[in-house]
Amino acid sequence: MLDKADGQIFTGNVRLVHAVGMHARPAVKLTKLAKKFQAQISVRVAGAPEWINAKSVAKIMAMRAAHGSTIEFKASGSDAEAAIAALVDLVASDFPDGAG
Amino acid sequence: MQGGAAGSAYRGRTASIGFAHGPLVRVDAGAGGERVAGTLVEEALALRKAIDLASGQIADLAGSAGGEAAQILEFQVALLEDEDLIEPIFASIGEGRPADVAWRSTLDEQIAEYNSAADEYLQARSSDLADLRDRVVHILRGDEGEPLKIPSGGVVCADDLPPSRFLEIDWSGGGGLALLHGSPTSHVAMLARARGIPMVVQLGAIPDAGATALLDGEGATLELDPSAEQVRIFEKRRESHRKSRASARAILRRPTASWRGEHIKLLINIQRVADLEHADAQYADGVGLMRTEFLLAGQSDLPDEETQFQAYDAVLRWAEQRPVTIRTFDAGGDKPVPGFTFDGEANPFLGVRGLRLCLARPEIFAVQLRALARAAVRGNLKVMFPMVTSADELEAGRKLFADIVKRLQAEGVAAMLPELGIMVEVPAAALAIGTFKAAFFSIGSNDLAQYVLACDRSNGALAPLLDPLHPAVLELIARTAEHGRRAGIGVSLCGDMASDPRCIPALLNCGLRELSVNASTLAQIKQTIDRLSGGGGLG
Repeated sequence: MLDKADGQIFTGNVRLVHAVGMHARPAVKLTKLAKKFQAQISVRVAGAPEWINAKSVAKIMAMRAAHGSTIEFKASGSDAEAAIAALVDLVASDFPDGAG
Repeated sequence: MQGGAAGSAYRGRTASIGFAHGPLVRVDAGAGGERVAGTLVEEALALRKAIDLASGQIADLAGSAGGEAAQILEFQVALLEDEDLIEPIFASIGEGRPADVAWRSTLDEQIAEYNSAADEYLQARSSDLADLRDRVVHILRGDEGEPLKIPSGGVVCADDLPPSRFLEIDWSGGGGLALLHGSPTSHVAMLARARGIPMVVQLGAIPDAGATALLDGEGATLELDPSAEQVRIFEKRRESHRKSRASARAILRRPTASWRGEHIKLLINIQRVADLEHADAQYADGVGLMRTEFLLAGQSDLPDEETQFQAYDAVLRWAEQRPVTIRTFDAGGDKPVPGFTFDGEANPFLGVRGLRLCLARPEIFAVQLRALARAAVRGNLKVMFPMVTSADELEAGRKLFADIVKRLQAEGVAAMLPELGIMVEVPAAALAIGTFKAAFFSIGSNDLAQYVLACDRSNGALAPLLDPLHPAVLELIARTAEHGRRAGIGVSLCGDMASDPRCIPALLNCGLRELSVNASTLAQIKQTIDRLSGGGGLG
């Protein structure tokens, strides 16, 4: 994600309140929602060395985000700002049924 | 643990309670035939088609299963739609590998990664990946998975069973599941519990022979080719289980258990915050043991203060005014933690574990104590130290804790010193119980029995000797309870004995009036006490 003409990067972070952390069901909801956006979206547990693709359920499971940890997002692309808002809202509202 | 002339009996771990008596049905992960690879383009196309077909099959299964099963299967569909996972497989086909080989090796890598996780939840997810791997391989090989025909009431025996295979079996006529490996936290175990299908895991090796099976999900036993007498005893257990289940749910809703006119407090043990989601947890009188080792698992670093505080606070909020007893890190022994426990101990069960380890690693212990001191102001918190041998250790822990509370208060952070107690699991502590200035005692019967009986509890060959009802174990429990009664100090028991109905009469007779059990056995234990109280027969 180096500089591009339209390459403004949007970021957001949110605390994972889901009781069991980023397990299968939340991970599926998160990736489903991320895939609705054109933007390239990355995610990591706050402070982790590597950013991972927010559209990959396998990678998000392997991230092993625990209950109470902070999740960081960054996105670039035409709908990046909306993507960040939607993803932060999904995590903050504890992955409600019907979302994603 | 094999029986003599009569049928053989095998013991495993309970994954789902219930009983099944029927023909033994062996299910093996189909080896399938060999497959002849085509050109690069054909191989890529074959995998694409197999993935699409698998995706459709799983979606159909999810549609007919609904609920929790559907969510489990949705995870598999999401994996098939995961480009980060799938694209490298196509790249590998492009380099000349056959579709099934490329697919299998990538999935095997993922499975190995999940299996190596310290987190039991991730380990259990590896069977979902294996399920997906096998489904696509079957399609590629052209051996379309035929639905398993299980005779009514059959006991299905397999190495492990993936969730989709479980869902393909027609369970309407009853039956049970006996796995040689597997895990009680696997998705298939969740499905079995949801459906009320008895399931026992980790049975180890079982001979290929055997036509009839008795599966007891409560006692975690599998009996093969049973004698008439074994069948009679089994059917008796099954019948009493059926009757008790019906009334147990009603008993659960009554305010408190009582025995001989005295209240018996029933609390629950939890391994992690999510355990509170169990439907019966709400009926508990509190949390008698919250283990904290889960905080040490599956993380690259040891958990920070805030992460810990959030977990403790979540449980206290759930409990409202009810007591919550949190046990400080009980690492070491059979629970090694990289970066925390000592390596290379010749005899780790007798090594630097529990409070010994925390006192040897004050920088790690201090983080937990800070989080607990902050949580103490949020609810009815009690803190207990595990693996305590001498009163000096308790006092050393108390001093560290008190200093931390002072420091926090000086920083202007709301904090207080909670009630401090100890686990009674070292025989020396039980024998010298009067030397401890503890606010409460909680008997860890698993370790107490292991140490009193000199039987390593991870050594299966000693299982018959490791009897928690041995008079020596009961003697130490009774002495601890008696001391508590005289000194006005609460004594509870949080080991597996408390969750075992057969041990309840002995524990009540030892003088215990507070037990902490797994949420899944709460109803049964409450009912056992109720029955002892009502009938008075065994009292």
